Amino acid sequence: MVSFIGRSVIQKIITLFFVSVISFLVIHLAPGKPSQVDPLNPKFTPEVVERFRKQFHLDEPLHVQYALYYRDLFTGKTASWKDNQPVLRKIGERFKNSLWLFIVGTILTWTLSFPVGIRSAIHRGGLYDRSTTFLSYLLISIPGFFFAYLLIIVVVNTFHVPVIGMETFGLGDPPWYRWLMDRLWHLLLPSVLGATGGVAILSRYVRGQMLEVEGQDYVRTARAKGVSEEQVHYKHALRNALLPFVTMFGLILPGLIGGSVIIESIFAWPGMGRMAYEAILARDYPVILTVNFISAVLVLIGTFISDVLYMVVDPRIRL
Amino acid sequence: MEREMERSVRPEEMEKPLVPKKSRFREICQLLGRNRLAFFGLIIFFLFFFSAFTGRVLTYGTKPVFNPGQVRLQEKLRPPLSLPNLETLRAEEVPMLGRYLFGTDELGRDVFARMMQGAWVSLTVGFVAVGIALIIGIALGGIAGYFGQNLVRMDQILASLGLLLGVGLMAAGRPVSGGALILGGGAYITVTLRWGRRWRKGDKTGWARVFFAGTLSIDTLIMRFVDIMLCFPSFFLILTVVALLPASIYNIMIVIGLTSWEGTTRFVRAEFLSLREQDFVTAARALGVGSGRIIFRHMIPNAVGPVLVSATIGIATAILTEAGLSFLGFGVPPPHATWGNILSDGKSYIFDAPWLTFIPGCAILLVVLSFNLFGEGLRDVLNPKLRKRS
Repeated sequence: MVSFIGRSVIQKIITLFFVSVISFLVIHLAPGKPSQVDPLNPKFTPEVVERFRKQFHLDEPLHVQYALYYRDLFTGKTASWKDNQPVLRKIGERFKNSLWLFIVGTILTWTLSFPVGIRSAIHRGGLYDRSTTFLSYLLISIPGFFFAYLLIIVVVNTFHVPVIGMETFGLGDPPWYRWLMDRLWHLLLPSVLGATGGVAILSRYVRGQMLEVEGQDYVRTARAKGVSEEQVHYKHALRNALLPFVTMFGLILPGLIGGSVIIESIFAWPGMGRMAYEAILARDYPVILTVNFISAVLVLIGTFISDVLYMVVDPRIRL
Repeated sequence: MEREMERSVRPEEMEKPLVPKKSRFREICQLLGRNRLAFFGLIIFFLFFFSAFTGRVLTYGTKPVFNPGQVRLQEKLRPPLSLPNLETLRAEEVPMLGRYLFGTDELGRDVFARMMQGAWVSLTVGFVAVGIALIIGIALGGIAGYFGQNLVRMDQILASLGLLLGVGLMAAGRPVSGGALILGGGAYITVTLRWGRRWRKGDKTGWARVFFAGTLSIDTLIMRFVDIMLCFPSFFLILTVVALLPASIYNIMIVIGLTSWEGTTRFVRAEFLSLREQDFVTAARALGVGSGRIIFRHMIPNAVGPVLVSATIGIATAILTEAGLSFLGFGVPPPHATWGNILSDGKSYIFDAPWLTFIPGCAILLVVLSFNLFGEGLRDVLNPKLRKRS
């Protein structure tokens, strides 16, 4: 166990190093220079550009820039090129906003997909199963932005509530219950949208897993013993079918950052995805690189957690 | 003829109970016909092909049959199926079919013509991107699966590092030293790969042993590279690269292809690892068949089914990604229509002109759905466990 953890930590650190090198190269070798973002702006005289290049070490060779950037990142001094704010603090602020969406979306995904998947596995081939199968294909295939507009039309026309942004503009300082309701209405659509793909995929996965376990010999044995259907499904089958999903807890971590660019920009939600999008538009390299680095760290931590959990849950596995 | 002759010579063949002969293809078609969802997917798939090709032909050139760029400001935001006001239009501005089949957008452009033009973009992006991903994925996965146990030696790693450094120097504007490194590294690798075997046999001491020591297996190298690539948030990476590169449809295809090969690689590797242990491969090797022939004639045909399934679903994902990118305003430069940017332009008129949102949205949904359904159906059909012996 200890040797496995040690080995995998070393492996992950090496991976992270290569990720940092590749993302740095991708951004810096692409055509176009950040100092030329706005050539028509009269404020960008050659002297200003020169000072800009000096200040952000753009006149150094690439490997020096790389070393300087990661030194700044680990000492927490990286500053955005756009407004000179420390990147980590900017990300921290946006992170809080994204966390709302992430938590509600994850709760929705995990609470909805299990009942749906289990029920369609138990009634395999029935009307419920067939309709949820089709529905989940539909939800996987629908473009997120199109679905967002459909939901906006429906919700705005039927409930007459505000949906864009994080809170109603000019609400002032309302009592807490009104603030909560307002926040909930704004949260509803983006988090439902964030959860749709997850619900569709996860419920299919739950169904497949359930079906596989229900075909096992010990389930037949349980039936033959005269165990009631209920007990067969929920005690014998479900418990074993749940095994792989424990590991998926680790894999939802990266969802904190990626995947919400489009939804956050439709709903004007000031979260991580939108910040990354704005940084890309402004060629704000420190922000792009930092977001990339953090998400790579999250992916690696996620896979690590899922490996360890798998080993803890399933004693047959020896990594 | 010869076969019939043989048959007639051996009458005992005729006595045997004959299994009705079905070719593999016929069998697959029949199974697909039974799977209603997959069949539905296949039909939409063909319709999409047809409309993309006709769209390409009819909206291309200087005097296209359907002109997607024709601006008619007096006719803007007409609902679908509405008739044009012939008095205010010049002859060349009248829509081809005599009415606006899908309405007009905020500049009075015919949405039907724009959809036709956009279909081609979606089709090519889907196929080219998946083609690139498949080529990389099959190549890397095949190498990792078939030659995976071979060790990479230290000298080879050094030579390829030299090669990479040379490319970097070339890019940084130092062609002489970069070119020298590329030539040196490339020559070393070719020489050691071709004539290295004989030369390596002698005993080595001290530094030479370190220099020629085997380090990592090829499999480790490739799979760790896959792990590295999987660490990038893919949509964000695509967005970054596309935003930095000049806007063009080809860049989008290449970038989507270059960021979506990891799944195929893992897949092909697993398939190859299990195939190379099977008896028919061993038999082929015992007959003295070369590696190339084993890979291309014996293993790839057996691995192609699952790859085809993942490719079909990959096309769906690529089309969705492209639509998302053009929705955000990246990719194909503006006058050219794609389904994503028709929707993105129409979103400001969502309550006044909902067809500008619904038509492209439903088109993307249908096409992606058909690819997904067809892919899943294909998976069931190609799965030998589900095929019934009739």
